[in-house]
Amino acid sequence: MFVFSFLESFGKYLQLMGRTFRRPDSWRMFFKQYLREMAQLGVDSIPIVLLISFFIGAVICIQIKLNIQSAWMPHWVSGYVTREIMLLEFSSSIMCLILSGKVGSNIASEIGTMRTSQQIDALDVMGVNSANYLILPKIAGLVTMIPILVIFSTACGILGAYATAWIGRIITASDLTAGMQHDFVSWFFWMGIIKSLFFAFIIASVSSFFGYTVNGGSISVGKASTNAVVSSSMLILFSDLFLTNLLS
Amino acid sequence: MIEVSHVTKQFEGKTVLKDISTIFPDGKTNLIIGRSGAGKTVLLKTIVGLLRPTEGDVLYDGRSFVNMDKYELAMMRREMGMIFQSAALFDSLSVIENVMFPLDMFSDFTYARREKRAMECLSRVNLADAAHLRPDEISGGMQKRVAIARAIALEPRYLFCDEPNSGLDPQTSLVIDELISGITHDLNITTIINTHDMNSVLGIGEHILFISDGHNEWEGTKHEVMDSGNHTLDDFIFASDLLKKLHEDALRP
Repeated sequence: MFVFSFLESFGKYLQLMGRTFRRPDSWRMFFKQYLREMAQLGVDSIPIVLLISFFIGAVICIQIKLNIQSAWMPHWVSGYVTREIMLLEFSSSIMCLILSGKVGSNIASEIGTMRTSQQIDALDVMGVNSANYLILPKIAGLVTMIPILVIFSTACGILGAYATAWIGRIITASDLTAGMQHDFVSWFFWMGIIKSLFFAFIIASVSSFFGYTVNGGSISVGKASTNAVVSSSMLILFSDLFLTNLLS
Repeated sequence: MIEVSHVTKQFEGKTVLKDISTIFPDGKTNLIIGRSGAGKTVLLKTIVGLLRPTEGDVLYDGRSFVNMDKYELAMMRREMGMIFQSAALFDSLSVIENVMFPLDMFSDFTYARREKRAMECLSRVNLADAAHLRPDEISGGMQKRVAIARAIALEPRYLFCDEPNSGLDPQTSLVIDELISGITHDLNITTIINTHDMNSVLGIGEHILFISDGHNEWEGTKHEVMDSGNHTLDDFIFASDLLKKLHEDALRP
């Protein structure tokens, strides 16, 4: 039963994506929406990304320094591990998991409310491809902004690690710098960016699907919002496993 | 002219519309009336193409709506304007942006010309002063008027209204009815209004289709509706004590 239900939903998702990835009815309106979505989904997420990344960067550094590092380990271990965790997993995967909560619920509830208040019907009656008009700018906007968020997240995490040296005096800045510069593989940076592009697509498209297919009133919108967050989080975790294997 | 030809609509085996046929002529306010659950909204949604009929066809000036390809359908939709029960204004846009929306989407006009046309439409519904407000800053009646302005922005040939007076006081309802009727006559368009408001029926009902239990029960004009001799229609019309009393008084010698 679950398999049939999943296949039915997946089929509907593919159909919706088929309607979404069409030539926009009006490029002028597409770019207007695209800029709006970049601001709403990307720029508005910068504060939460910076805040969380700063503290996680600091906490990773403290944990490694106080609980893992020992006399027989090199002095640069804390900085090295902090950099690798931020680059490889936190700034791409975990940050996207966090964003699936903020951005995913935002997308699902916005589109779901438009469905229940007949705004999507209004677009359809006008002859506008509502899926294309509403969903494509969201996907394009988030996919455009996510690399910037990943870079901000990594930078802020490293800044958080340095804060433990400058403010907390837990580690020396020179040890941290030695770790940050040790055996740097630039591909890891690009790996994070590539993974985040997939995750951004998952967040925007899956959340839009749940919002677009809302049927009912406010309870359905709430349920769609929850389903959007849960489903996109699960998909991010599965695809992270797959992508990490593929790209490593 | 819109012709509904033997339209049947089923949902999961349940027949909601049963072989409905009628013609909605140009330049007249056509009303679809009936009790809640009679199938009015399903019929209107089938006519505008939001639902596909299980059987039958809808013909717009002889053009089969059901058999149109995607391009023809998209072109056809640009000749339609619709006012929804909830007004369905885009809440992220201001009043004037809502009215400009169809122009932004489908016209090559300059911004100044689009803005001028939107202001003309807003003036037509006496809302030029509210142009820069947001939908949540205006009353329900004003929202309906904005929806009318948006619906006529592209000068449609067909106008559809789904319970335009729902949730409005009688005075505001009258304003909305007069606006829709005036626009219909001025532009000589085909207008179909889905309502159960008796004031609208008696005020602007030039052609009335009464639906009961999913089928075409009665057709006529506002002058005939009070003395139709159809018991189901009479039960619907005289459900209000006031109308029942007025009718009894009129029949009394």
